[in-house]
Amino acid sequence: MAEPRLIEISPVTRVEGHGKVTIHLDADGRVDEARLHIVEFRGFERFIRGRLLWEVPVIVQRLCGICPVSHHLAAAKAMDMICGVDELPPTAEKMRRLMHYGQVMQSHVLHFFHLAAPDFLFGFGAPAEKRNIFEVIREQPELGRRAILMRKFGQDIIEATAGKKIHGTAAIPGGINRNLPIEKRDAFLKDIAEMEDWALDALKLARDYTLEHAELVGHFASFPSHYMSLVRPSDGALDLYHGNLRALASNGDTIFDQLPYDRYHEVLVEDVRSWSYMKFPFIEKLGPLTGWYRVGPLARMNTVDLIDTPRANAARDELMASDGDITQAVLANHWARMIEVLHCVEKIRELLHDPDLQGTDLKATGERREEGIGVIEAPRGNLIHHYQVDENDQVTYCNLIVSTTHNNEGMNRAVKDVAVQQLSGQPEITETMLNQVEVAIRAYDPCLSCATHALGQMPLQVELIDAAGTVIDSRVRDA
Amino acid sequence: MSDFTFTIDGTEITAKEGQTIMDAADDAGIYVPRLCDHEGLRHQGGCRVCTVKADGRSVSACTQPAAPGLTVENETPHINKLRRDLVEMLFHEGNHLCPICEASGNCELQAMAYRLDMTAPTKFPYLEPCRPVDASHPDIALDTNRCISCGRCIRASQDVDGKGVFGYVGRGIHRHVAANGEDLSHTDAEVTDFAISSEVCPVGCIIRKRIGFATPIGEREFDKGLIGHKISAKRDD
Ligand code: SF4
Ligand code: SF4
Ligand code: FES
Repeated sequence: MAEPRLIEISPVTRVEGHGKVTIHLDADGRVDEARLHIVEFRGFERFIRGRLLWEVPVIVQRLCGICPVSHHLAAAKAMDMICGVDELPPTAEKMRRLMHYGQVMQSHVLHFFHLAAPDFLFGFGAPAEKRNIFEVIREQPELGRRAILMRKFGQDIIEATAGKKIHGTAAIPGGINRNLPIEKRDAFLKDIAEMEDWALDALKLARDYTLEHAELVGHFASFPSHYMSLVRPSDGALDLYHGNLRALASNGDTIFDQLPYDRYHEVLVEDVRSWSYMKFPFIEKLGPLTGWYRVGPLARMNTVDLIDTPRANAARDELMASDGDITQAVLANHWARMIEVLHCVEKIRELLHDPDLQGTDLKATGERREEGIGVIEAPRGNLIHHYQVDENDQVTYCNLIVSTTHNNEGMNRAVKDVAVQQLSGQPEITETMLNQVEVAIRAYDPCLSCATHALGQMPLQVELIDAAGTVIDSRVRDA
Repeated sequence: MSDFTFTIDGTEITAKEGQTIMDAADDAGIYVPRLCDHEGLRHQGGCRVCTVKADGRSVSACTQPAAPGLTVENETPHINKLRRDLVEMLFHEGNHLCPICEASGNCELQAMAYRLDMTAPTKFPYLEPCRPVDASHPDIALDTNRCISCGRCIRASQDVDGKGVFGYVGRGIHRHVAANGEDLSHTDAEVTDFAISSEVCPVGCIIRKRIGFATPIGEREFDKGLIGHKISAKRDD
């Protein structure tokens, strides 16, 4: 009888961070369990204790080089609450929104063109040296050029609103420290029409791919789940910057709705498992087994009632009208992401025409509170920042739930799903199989550097380990 | 004795009786790097960043009287290397995370590092102090992980405010400033004190609360020019 085996894929390439996958086979070679190990721990929630409240939005960006703006804004929103500011001056709120749309746009573009497009264009089975942005540029120079320029547009928006492309300091408790000068606005307006055209083309690429490969997309690591995101209080529209919490079951039934986000802890519980530093949140009333849920672009497409920009709304209608499997399929996140890019471009255009961006009332004050919670829809999904601050202005408590944590259970299930389909009973690990495990994880766009800060491509190492922990086979793929 | 002349890096300048080398250099629009010296406070001669060679001898320009015919070397590669080493050591003694520090852009230590081309501070071991922030005062906080022991706050509080809010604790490289009392809330410090004003503490150790990042990075003091640019500008005029 065959020995039980452990197939290890570590670290996962092209996920922005350092993850490790183990696939546990039983004695008969069937997939028993798959685990995405988050073994690194940054201890941020402890480190921040004792720091002064106005430093927090700047410090938290160091959590993650991937979406620092999301952390910056979520923390700033929590600090607004602590400073007793429930409504920002219009200039401050709109500058922050502009910053956020720039961030979501550039992040989605990065993911789609740089990380996912190689799989679209060359297939999952393509050799590693083909699966990168340089090959995309070589084979489709116009697409490659647009990828770079769209990303740059988003980054330039961040720079103009946050002060720097990467770690800005603009959002301060109760407001913002700058407005948008007319010259900068005009420079963006000059390019916005082109950005919208390109966003429409990118959307078409993602949509066509999804529909042409409906069979694959519908079955690839695809399973129903609950979804959660913020929605706009008035009408349930998509709102990436602010709103109330909504969770829907896969059949569309409401689990909770229009819940003010400072009550998140009444509905969510975080489970701990010994093999991962990353927690497993679930919806309390459903319990840990069935209460897990997903967040992110596709989750948002499912939870919201509409999108308040016309072209993105039409695109969402088309996605939602497609065959039922697609709206639950992890690979449809790419389509959802491109809908959101279009939404961001439409929102950026709207904001650039708003004279409030040149306003000079930048900051509000209010009566101090001890607790603040800031929630935002980051590119990868819902992001929760929760702090307590003492009367000396020092942080005494911090709890963060990042998108990748919300999706933790979903990612593990996606890996298992792929493993069951591809690996069970096969004695040999093929390149395609390994790639598919990666693709499943990558579709969630996990920001594993929240835990590691490791950046860039890493070599892929595959090990076959028997139940006793002995490596019985290994395979290394260079970056 | 009336006015007299001496040279700094070959330029002849005029000094008044009783002036230090630094005073005379300032008047002539020649910047000598400094950290512990500050206009309006008595000289201390502690940081040695103002080291120059006067007739070949290393002296601190902030305390050394100017003298007729003196030959002073200021901006030489050798002296600037020495200054850079001193500044590097200050970074290593404290815990300086500029990207998250609200003093960034207004900080004289950081600005001095830029001026002296300090690029990779890897020569010395980091001491990595981990002192708790004293935020007990309603309007003032003290993060002594960033203190460079320049003593400017001590002199300002004693000599200008007539108070004595600050004093040193610890010895040698572990020396740093502390409130004269259990914590800041047990002193008579007020946010309007000269010692607390933005110009006295050269780094991000003495913090006036709730200001933080209100001034954007990019619009701060040393975003406008290298440290010392205001003094050198006198000469260009
Ligand atoms: S005090 Fe100055 S050198 Fe130290 S961290 Fe702050 S800005 Fe940097
Ligand atoms: S607290 Fe500031 S002014 Fe006082 S000694 Fe330290 S660095 Fe100098
Ligand atoms: S400035 Fe002269 S010793 Fe510090």
